[in-house]
Amino acid sequence: MANLASDFIGIKSPNPFWLASAPPTDKKYNVERAFEAGWGGVVWKTLGSEGPPVVNVNGPRYGAIWGADRRLLGLNNIELITDRPLEVNLAEIKEVKRKWRDRAMIISLMVPCDEDSWRDILGRIEDTEADGVELNFGCPHGMAERGMGSAVGQVPEYIEMVTRWVKKHSRMPCIVKLTPNITNILAPAGAAKRGGADAVSLINTINSITSVDLDSFSPEPMIDGKGTHGGYCGPAVKPIAMNMVAEIARSAETRGLPISGIGGVTTWRDAAEFMALGAGNVQVCTAAMTYGFKIVQEMISGLSQYLDDKQIAMSDLIGRAVPNVTDWQYLNLNYVAKAHIDQDLCIKCGRCYAACEDTSHQAIAMSADRTFTVKDDECVACNLCVNVCPVDNCITMVPMAKGAVDPRTGRKVGDYANWTTHPNNPSVAAE
Amino acid sequence: MRGENLPFDKKYDLCQPFQNGKGSAKPKMTHSPLTPGIVPGRLPAEAYARNFGDHEPALDRHEARVAADRCYFCHDAPCITACPTSIDIPLFIRQIATGTPEAAATTIWSQNILGGICARVCPTETLCEEACVREAAEGKPVEIGRLQRFATDVAMGKGLHPFSRDAATGKRVAVVGAGPAGLACAHRLAMHGHDVVVLERRPKAGGLNEYGIASYKATGGFAQAEVDWLLRIGGIEIRTGVELGRDVTLDELQASYDAVFLGIGLAGVNALRAEGEDKAGVRDAVDFIAELRQATDLSQLPVGRDVVVIGGGMTAVDAAVQSKLLGAETVTIVYRRGREKMSASAHEQDHAVQSGVRIIHNAVPLRVLGNGKAEAVEFTYTQDGPGGLTLLPETFTLKADQVFKAIGQVLKGAPDNLVIAGGKLAGPLGKVWVGGDCAVGGEDLTVTAVAEGRDAAEAIHASLMS
Repeated sequence: MANLASDFIGIKSPNPFWLASAPPTDKKYNVERAFEAGWGGVVWKTLGSEGPPVVNVNGPRYGAIWGADRRLLGLNNIELITDRPLEVNLAEIKEVKRKWRDRAMIISLMVPCDEDSWRDILGRIEDTEADGVELNFGCPHGMAERGMGSAVGQVPEYIEMVTRWVKKHSRMPCIVKLTPNITNILAPAGAAKRGGADAVSLINTINSITSVDLDSFSPEPMIDGKGTHGGYCGPAVKPIAMNMVAEIARSAETRGLPISGIGGVTTWRDAAEFMALGAGNVQVCTAAMTYGFKIVQEMISGLSQYLDDKQIAMSDLIGRAVPNVTDWQYLNLNYVAKAHIDQDLCIKCGRCYAACEDTSHQAIAMSADRTFTVKDDECVACNLCVNVCPVDNCITMVPMAKGAVDPRTGRKVGDYANWTTHPNNPSVAAE
Repeated sequence: MRGENLPFDKKYDLCQPFQNGKGSAKPKMTHSPLTPGIVPGRLPAEAYARNFGDHEPALDRHEARVAADRCYFCHDAPCITACPTSIDIPLFIRQIATGTPEAAATTIWSQNILGGICARVCPTETLCEEACVREAAEGKPVEIGRLQRFATDVAMGKGLHPFSRDAATGKRVAVVGAGPAGLACAHRLAMHGHDVVVLERRPKAGGLNEYGIASYKATGGFAQAEVDWLLRIGGIEIRTGVELGRDVTLDELQASYDAVFLGIGLAGVNALRAEGEDKAGVRDAVDFIAELRQATDLSQLPVGRDVVVIGGGMTAVDAAVQSKLLGAETVTIVYRRGREKMSASAHEQDHAVQSGVRIIHNAVPLRVLGNGKAEAVEFTYTQDGPGGLTLLPETFTLKADQVFKAIGQVLKGAPDNLVIAGGKLAGPLGKVWVGGDCAVGGEDLTVTAVAEGRDAAEAIHASLMS
């Protein structure tokens, strides 16, 4: 059984699976249930300044989209930060941390954008013995209208400034949680790094409307006939999150900045993928909210088995795919593949044919007896057939050997060459 | 709820005879499965409703959604090809999946106006569901039949009839036979603006849907409800109790109408050609099924203690299973060839066996034994070889106080001047078109009859308007 013990910016946890700051980590009862189930750590649901707590709506807070058999694919929420008194949260955090010494306890914070507010809250949490803080610069709804959350996270200068205050007024490791509602994730990530952040965590939720009620014409979730954009999360956002994680992991400016990966982690595979792209650990919310805390047991057993099978340590996995994330211009244009349909696995649904014939390159032939075969002289290896085929591994992309003649172009498969040296590239021709 | 998953003895009340003595009195039961002879009331009164309830329960909305999600929306889908009426199955399932079963029903009905009954009686396991790619992939096809029933039930429940008549053409067409072929033909003709008169020899329209199929496949008076629904198109007049040849001749019809469609079915029954066939207790399975379908109180319907059904088709299975459900102690189907040659589908055969019916293959009856009334049937074994069926010397005898003949139906009452090919009608001939079981070609299925009736209507329409 592989060792999953995690040390993320000096914060130790028995495994790299933390619960993200969200409803599942709002109070002692839930967090203790999570720890009993096996979660390695939690980021306590965001605390605000002292004073009257925020209030939440009293109607639906969540909207969703579903796949086949109503499998939840994406969830959005309009819930704000904790609506419980600060003192209650602080007392519970302290109690839970003392009881569960081996688990990571991070406190998420969101207070107004002035130094006094931050200094004050940091002083208040010092006594909890928590392991670190996470700055919530991400929430896109509600709090952003009040100049907090993503309103800070969308302005790199603010991120840098607040991060400096936090490092100045607290001994605790500081994780800056980033919003994806920006054009380039490197700007806020770089700002966090310059401000002295020990790590970034991403992504927070994405601005979204999950659906519109076609009778009442209200966005969902609907509150008395109106709706507002909520924060989108769950499996549907994972590709967006992973790209942002990878960009931070590979860019010169932010390389080496520890990353806590968030966004649609549902199984051990998702976690492993985030870690391969540079995340030191992962945070989970939607999967727990969908299936309950027990899912962590599958994540633990799955990641352990994977590491054992690969005979690598968890530290070897982290960042392992980063060198393979590159720019389009460096992709090998002399790599030629062709789709291949395994006739034994094919169930003759013809979806590959419909997709290729209607929307791609007319590179699949259909016989009278519904045998589907690839026309190598038309196939550009776009992969659409693979993606629409309902049978796993029935259609595969087979690379052509170097020196073989591509029947589509009539040219031999050559050595590595990319766009930067391609004759059609105007900047090459200009030289 | 999901009765089909229950063991048969849990699903149906077969009233094991030895339970009768165990206290709980069954006051209305005058007889038991062990009572000799052909008698009614072998079961407690409440057992009949349960035994003859919906054979395969309808999908509820959630189940339909889950089942619909499994459809791959195949290109040029094999299920469409396998459907004799070529219903656009992937489209209607997608319409269910997206919450518009009414649109799904319209898709179904535009190809098959009797899509409701077909969803119940089609041997889908040898048609659309056999062709389903998920049958190939997993051995579990999309539940096309049940989804079709869901869509048509929802739309009929809402009172939708999404078809209307074209401008009146002034043409009149006579349709003989109000079975699936005739009704499908009549509806399509009416839609095209023609006036249709349907002549039916029986007291009710519906044909085998009303008189022929097992009761548990079309519960709640569905066959009549569907006829009523179909007639909402307008322009169709049904005259029952009118028989071709007896009450009206084909020549008269040709003289009075612009076209004639014959969907007269197969009204005759093959003889056993076994000694003693005329003894009391021996009867045609189709008559028994028709009587059962029309019975208002099944506890008054007599059935034998030891029932033997001779034949290998759906009629044999329907007669056998329903005999068992009426409380017969033993029911045996005897078929002259092997299992694979039976025209009842494997699914139907399994249903019979699970219902407690024994199936004996490769045997033919030699004689019905008994003093004036059937007491037993003597059979001889057969061998099916390249040269045909040969009788083997070994014989056996089955106790039988009731014997049902289900060895196929034949054309009866057809006008002599029509071309008869292979014992069936071939058309069109002049102003006369044919379709359904009476016509050459195709399988003897409801869905095939619907397709033939519909296509004949299109041909008649083209002919009348040319």
